[in-house]
Amino acid sequence: MRLTVSRAVPSQKVLIRRRRRQWSDALTIFLFLLPSLVLFVLFVLVPVVQAAHYSLYKWSGLGPLDDYIGFKNYQTLFNQPIFLKALENNLLIAGLSLVFQLPAAIVLALLVNRKMPGRSFFRLVFFLPYVLSEVVTGLIWSFIYNPLYGLIAGVMRQFDPHATPPAFLADPKTVLYAIFIAMCWKYFGFHLILYLAGLQNIPAELVEAARVDGASSWQAIRYVTLPLLGSTIRLSAFLSILGSLQYFDLIWVMSGGGPPGTNASETMATYQLHYGLNEFKLGYGSAVGVVMFGICLIFALFYQRVIMRQDLQGSSAL
Amino acid sequence: MRVSLRRQWVSLPAFAICAVVATIVLIPLIATVIGGLRSTGELLTSPFSIPKTLHWENFGRILAADSPFWTEIYNSLLIVLGTVGLLLVTACPAAFVLARISFPGREFVFNLFLFGLLFPLTVAVLPLYITIRELGLLDTLWGVILPQVAFALPMTILILRNFFRAVPIELEDAATIDGASRLTFFLRVLLPLSRPAIAVVSMLATVSSWNNFLLPLLILNQPSEYTLPIGATQFAGQYSTDWASVLAFVTLAMIPAILIYLLAERQIVAGLTAGAVKG
Repeated sequence: MRLTVSRAVPSQKVLIRRRRRQWSDALTIFLFLLPSLVLFVLFVLVPVVQAAHYSLYKWSGLGPLDDYIGFKNYQTLFNQPIFLKALENNLLIAGLSLVFQLPAAIVLALLVNRKMPGRSFFRLVFFLPYVLSEVVTGLIWSFIYNPLYGLIAGVMRQFDPHATPPAFLADPKTVLYAIFIAMCWKYFGFHLILYLAGLQNIPAELVEAARVDGASSWQAIRYVTLPLLGSTIRLSAFLSILGSLQYFDLIWVMSGGGPPGTNASETMATYQLHYGLNEFKLGYGSAVGVVMFGICLIFALFYQRVIMRQDLQGSSAL
Repeated sequence: MRVSLRRQWVSLPAFAICAVVATIVLIPLIATVIGGLRSTGELLTSPFSIPKTLHWENFGRILAADSPFWTEIYNSLLIVLGTVGLLLVTACPAAFVLARISFPGREFVFNLFLFGLLFPLTVAVLPLYITIRELGLLDTLWGVILPQVAFALPMTILILRNFFRAVPIELEDAATIDGASRLTFFLRVLLPLSRPAIAVVSMLATVSSWNNFLLPLLILNQPSEYTLPIGATQFAGQYSTDWASVLAFVTLAMIPAILIYLLAERQIVAGLTAGAVKG
């Protein structure tokens, strides 16, 4: 009897301590979350909302925001051949990455994953370009492609002193592919690292069991390793497509969206900057940003709901 | 015996392919370093000969005491330090609260941060530029540091939260019984235990801050504030006909990143895979 009473009514002391703990917890939660939330809201969320707001105005970025034009910026945008070309280029980069970059990364990951001499050296080298800055990468590859002083030009003149080496970055037909090769050089190591991490999660016994049962090493890869690597492949494709849709840096450094006078290598991101800042059409540039965001969001939701559904079960992501 | 021999034979083509790819990866870097030691005339006339004289003056000019190179290194360094410092000070407490204290709305706040993973800088960069201008941070290093921290927060909080959650609850109970408050537990027990995770997120932030191009390009318009990537593009524009000098600059600009990579390869790789796989 006494026991139940003491359980039902905690002593005054315990109550005070518990309440104090609750208060101090609330204070901790508030003070610990405040700085990061302020930064995140101010510099990440607010600009996204502002982009939607600005995109409804004709605005140079200076002076008052008062020339409301509704959805006219979006109308112009989708009737603008250069923007459509930029969107097409983004999709082309994404497609090329899926067809060339990711399979190459998978093959190399399978090779580096075996026991062989120099294995950690290869891994170190393959991943090295990823840590270099985009500017450094862009300048190195601009040098390689340079028709006078460049590496490719040098090789060509070695065979034929009178050769006129092509200017890959100045030709609208080749510029995007030339930049894509530089992108592969820089980013394949990142995907390789993802695949290596994925391969490490596959128990070696499974592959060994298949080999014991008479599977060739190709069959073991095709029917055991690759299916088990599925979630990593889907993730790497997701990151690659999302990155391609927003791509900016190497293009800006190597061609500026040109060659000059054309928009042969324009992407949505370079287009946005050309019009938003260089030409003082901030409302219009913001509309480009909103469309880019919309495309990425729709893609991400679709991909996560449909293609990565089984991978995300039990995780808290979105 | 036969098996091991066969295995070695099987791995020979694999080794050959890897060697070829490694060569392809390294050729641009080696050509850059050697090119920086030639004269631009030699690049044109004899690009593959063994250089008779090494043109160290290409490097000497860039490294001269009054060269903007040093200012640019200094600015890049300040921005890295500011970014990593502020990132840790804001992300560690947030990740702690999101990992170890349950309260209504916790999942909402966490998902809000995760939502940020979807859009990098590029999509909102114009309004961000306006925000920074209105805050009076245009042409200041803080104008780069604060957004960099904000955009690094989602990934950092995700990685730290996962690590904090893995610390056993018994440890916190023991600390509480010994009279430690949550704050003491956080500062004296959890943070020292989390040094590996903190190293991982710091290295990730260091590399991306050191390499960042878009933000400094928009925010920093005075030569005295240029970072190394901006300085490199400026230099390449100024010396567009003198490729040997440009290559010397690129070589010097690569060195810090390669050093960071060799020192912290493990942390960088761990951070990229942990963030990607669990995100």
